[in-house]
Amino acid sequence: MTDEKTIAYLEELSKFRLNENEKEKFKDELGRIIEYIGKLNKLDTKGIEPLSHPFIYTSSLREDTIQSSSEREDILKNAHDNKDGCFKVLRTVE
Amino acid sequence: MNISEMTALETAEMIKAKKISVKEAVNNVIDNIKKNDNKINAYITVTEENALKDAETIQKKIDSGEETGLFAGVPFAIKDNICTKGIRTSCASKMLENFTPIYDATVVRRIKNSDAISIGKLNMDEFGMGGSTETSYFGVVRNPCDTQRVSGGSSGGAAAAVASDEALFALASDTGGSIRQPCSFCGVSGIVPTYGAVSRYGLIAFASSLDRIGAIGRDIKDCAAVLSVIGGYDTNDPTSVKNTSLDFSQCYDGNIKDLKIGIPENYIGFITDTEVKKKITETIKIFSSLGAETEFFTLPLSEYAVAAYYVISCAEASSELSRYDGIRYGYRSERAGNISDIFVNSRSEAFGEEVKRRIMLGSFVLSKGHYDDYYKKASQVRTMIKAEFEKAFEKYDIILAPAAPTTAYKIGENISDPLKMYLGDICTVSVSLAGNPAAVIPCGMANALPVGVQLIGRAFDEKNIVKTAHAFQINTDFHKAGKGVV
Amino acid sequence: MIYETVVGLEVHVELSTKTKIFCGCTTQFGGDPNTHVCPICCGMPGTLPLLNKEVVDYAIRTGLALNCDITRKTKFDRKNYFYPDLPKAYQISQLYLPICTNGNFEIEINGRKKQIGIHEIHMEEDAGKLIHDESANHTLIDYNRCGVPLLEIVTEPDLSSSEEAAVFLEKLRETLMYINVSDCRMQEGSMRADVNVSVRPAGSDTLGTRAELKNMSSFKAIRKAIEYESKRQINILVGGGMILQETRRWDEAKEKSFTMRSKENAQDYRYFPEPNILPVEISEEKINMIKNNMPELPDKKRERYIKEYGLSEYDSSVITSERNLAFIFEKSVIICGKPKEVLNMITGEMMRLISETGQNADDVKISPEKIASLVNMISEGKINRTVGKEVFEEIFRNDTDPEKYVTEKGLMMIEDTDLIEKTIKYILEKNQRSVEDIRNGKTKAFGFLVGESMKALKGKADPKTVNELLKKLLIK
Repeated sequence: MTDEKTIAYLEELSKFRLNENEKEKFKDELGRIIEYIGKLNKLDTKGIEPLSHPFIYTSSLREDTIQSSSEREDILKNAHDNKDGCFKVLRTVE
Repeated sequence: MNISEMTALETAEMIKAKKISVKEAVNNVIDNIKKNDNKINAYITVTEENALKDAETIQKKIDSGEETGLFAGVPFAIKDNICTKGIRTSCASKMLENFTPIYDATVVRRIKNSDAISIGKLNMDEFGMGGSTETSYFGVVRNPCDTQRVSGGSSGGAAAAVASDEALFALASDTGGSIRQPCSFCGVSGIVPTYGAVSRYGLIAFASSLDRIGAIGRDIKDCAAVLSVIGGYDTNDPTSVKNTSLDFSQCYDGNIKDLKIGIPENYIGFITDTEVKKKITETIKIFSSLGAETEFFTLPLSEYAVAAYYVISCAEASSELSRYDGIRYGYRSERAGNISDIFVNSRSEAFGEEVKRRIMLGSFVLSKGHYDDYYKKASQVRTMIKAEFEKAFEKYDIILAPAAPTTAYKIGENISDPLKMYLGDICTVSVSLAGNPAAVIPCGMANALPVGVQLIGRAFDEKNIVKTAHAFQINTDFHKAGKGVV
Repeated sequence: MIYETVVGLEVHVELSTKTKIFCGCTTQFGGDPNTHVCPICCGMPGTLPLLNKEVVDYAIRTGLALNCDITRKTKFDRKNYFYPDLPKAYQISQLYLPICTNGNFEIEINGRKKQIGIHEIHMEEDAGKLIHDESANHTLIDYNRCGVPLLEIVTEPDLSSSEEAAVFLEKLRETLMYINVSDCRMQEGSMRADVNVSVRPAGSDTLGTRAELKNMSSFKAIRKAIEYESKRQINILVGGGMILQETRRWDEAKEKSFTMRSKENAQDYRYFPEPNILPVEISEEKINMIKNNMPELPDKKRERYIKEYGLSEYDSSVITSERNLAFIFEKSVIICGKPKEVLNMITGEMMRLISETGQNADDVKISPEKIASLVNMISEGKINRTVGKEVFEEIFRNDTDPEKYVTEKGLMMIEDTDLIEKTIKYILEKNQRSVEDIRNGKTKAFGFLVGESMKALKGKADPKTVNELLKKLLIK
């Protein structure tokens, strides 16, 4: 079982809110999944390097040459709201 | 030969030889979609008008004797998480229901350059998260062999479309088995190349270190041909590899004598359906009879693969899906009183349950105090699993395994038990973690449902996989059965 | 109880590469909103970051200039948080293996030299710009700046006062400009700092709780803020209270700091390795190549000018305070070989004109050949100083050729003593009264006659010569 506090914290990190039904469900399901994942602790991983890329090869870096940017109307095409060439949202308080 | 029985390459040949017209090939597929897709639901978007226009263009090229690409006139479709310029790309989510990319994925550009004709975008699990397409915002994809059952996931639409002659091949993606398991469930062939062999530019990410683009087709030759067109280094993908060889021309002599095939015993143990177990055993015998050396061994770390996979994939997904906030694209909630509402309400209203579950799990394993115990730990286990495969490949050329523990299950059977769903990936996730290539080809029926066998190869050794699979397919006809519509 | 102030800085510097860190969009400042963007820097689904090679080189160069160790295998990580100016909802940055570590930077404060430790330098991407519209209750977002490469330079908490912080920042800015990694234009936001301030009993070893002031972009404000924070914290401690670890906002108008009301405090960034960028391996050759091609650092240049050109410490400091001025100076001196004269011209006339025209010293383009030519003409007596000033302004504003200009306008000094004598004679005839006055002992009139003669000669005679000849003729 995952507790109320953890669910609330995860909602905050994930930036969405669960309804009451989902909350109850998730408390149980996430709890079981996290418990299952705990089996990884049975393995001794001392000194093992964590893998972040399946194959390590030389990174290819990009030359510092200017490419043409996108057309502004394409960039704004999928936006819900725009004004004066900018994306528009409700006022953000810093 | 009936047009419905031809492979993509055979169709291409007939079109080039002017024995059938492009329009015929395209209309055949479109007619099937109109007749059957309301039952199967493989497609989210059908671009009929564009397809017919393209057909005209290609036919003109052929008629005028102009040089055309490998797949000229061949109708295919694209999983709806691969960006197509000007054509809605939804990831089967309400979040991107109205999203139109402003660029083509590299694989789309390359396959279009071969003059293939796109028929539309294929249904899938929402953002690739699921094993049955039951999480799709646009409804489940029903298995053409039995519409009460799932097609598998997340590339369920792609497998079902190829199985029911609604496309001659499909571009799809595989993160934890999303090409391999649906191919097994629907009785079609599929190939997942080594991580880095095919550009991910334009693939809407689920988990960047695991996502791969592959092909689904009627036989392994079709799949390999698609791979040779879409694969190879791309400057737009910093993880794509230079100097990969995707030239399969030398893979079709059918000779697999002395090929060393290893079968991990514990994978056979993962199979819960005795009929499926029987098919796999028979398949091993067939390979033996074709001259390959078969031997059992174990991959003990695979016990931990599901756990490691879900930690890593959900962690990456939680980060990858944060960009969906309703500002630049995607769903924006109407009920928003301030900027925080825009984020929270849009995401709450537009993400499905499974997506939310995985994002929360991902946030959990990365959160303060948990990173070392979960994410770092899983990454270390990943290193060990990769090493275990490398060791096995010192001895074997191919590792043979089931693609799923069962055949296609009934719609609704597993969806209420997420952990059970996750465990259904047990046959495929180790390979995902290691980055090795794998193919799945049909190897028979169990209780009138298709069974697929998984052939895993060394990193960047897709050639051996194709060779092995092809040898099997010219000596059997499992890949020819199971098509057709219910 | 005496308290001491402890300051640490996190300086964000926008690099002057041509393109952004992960895509080929231009980094040019300004531009219509959202015209310097592409699917990558806008965070569109399906895009991948393409690391700019020049950014890595600039980071290495900066690390070497700050005496850091260069990490041979550097990696990138994701810093996850939600904010409208961050399109991917994560910033690609470096946490676990930053490109430079363990450096130091020397500053001079009150005649004393002090080493400031550099904890690390890492590469990351800048975010977009928010434009708030109070009246209409909305915010507009422009992503032009999104993806511009940043270097974050993190100091050890080795600074002990607002003055030290200011000196550090000035010298850092000078160094970064000298090595050509940034134009450090505070007003354009290409250099900003987060300031961490804490206080502790004088002589103590442990650090007090710190307050952070974010995104400060003027050195003056930083000085004031440190002083205010230091006082505020000391007051709390003296009153028996505890300092809150928090982020505060500096209000320039009120000259006070305030608690930020946002959720900035204790953010959980969930850092993890960026899967799309492979580790960058940096070879010994690369480091050596950058080391060998490093532009001369300001301190070295200052010393060299004192030795080579005989400049005073003060003059050397002034001329090297701006990289471009030093460049113009040196190039001109190489041609004409007259350092003091060139120095005076630059620190005098040129600085005046720069200020008048409101330019950045860094943007001035002027021909060292023309400056050298002008200096020679003045020192050879071909033109006098007043004319010299006029000609310099012509060179500065219009890139005029000095020799041509002087010839065309007839500004050359008059060498012909006969002509000068004739002119003086004429003046004397016209000003009999003054001649009388001089004969009667009124010496003031002498100056008047010199003035009149110079006027008649249009200033193009050597005043000494005029003086002598006038005396001679008066005696007659």
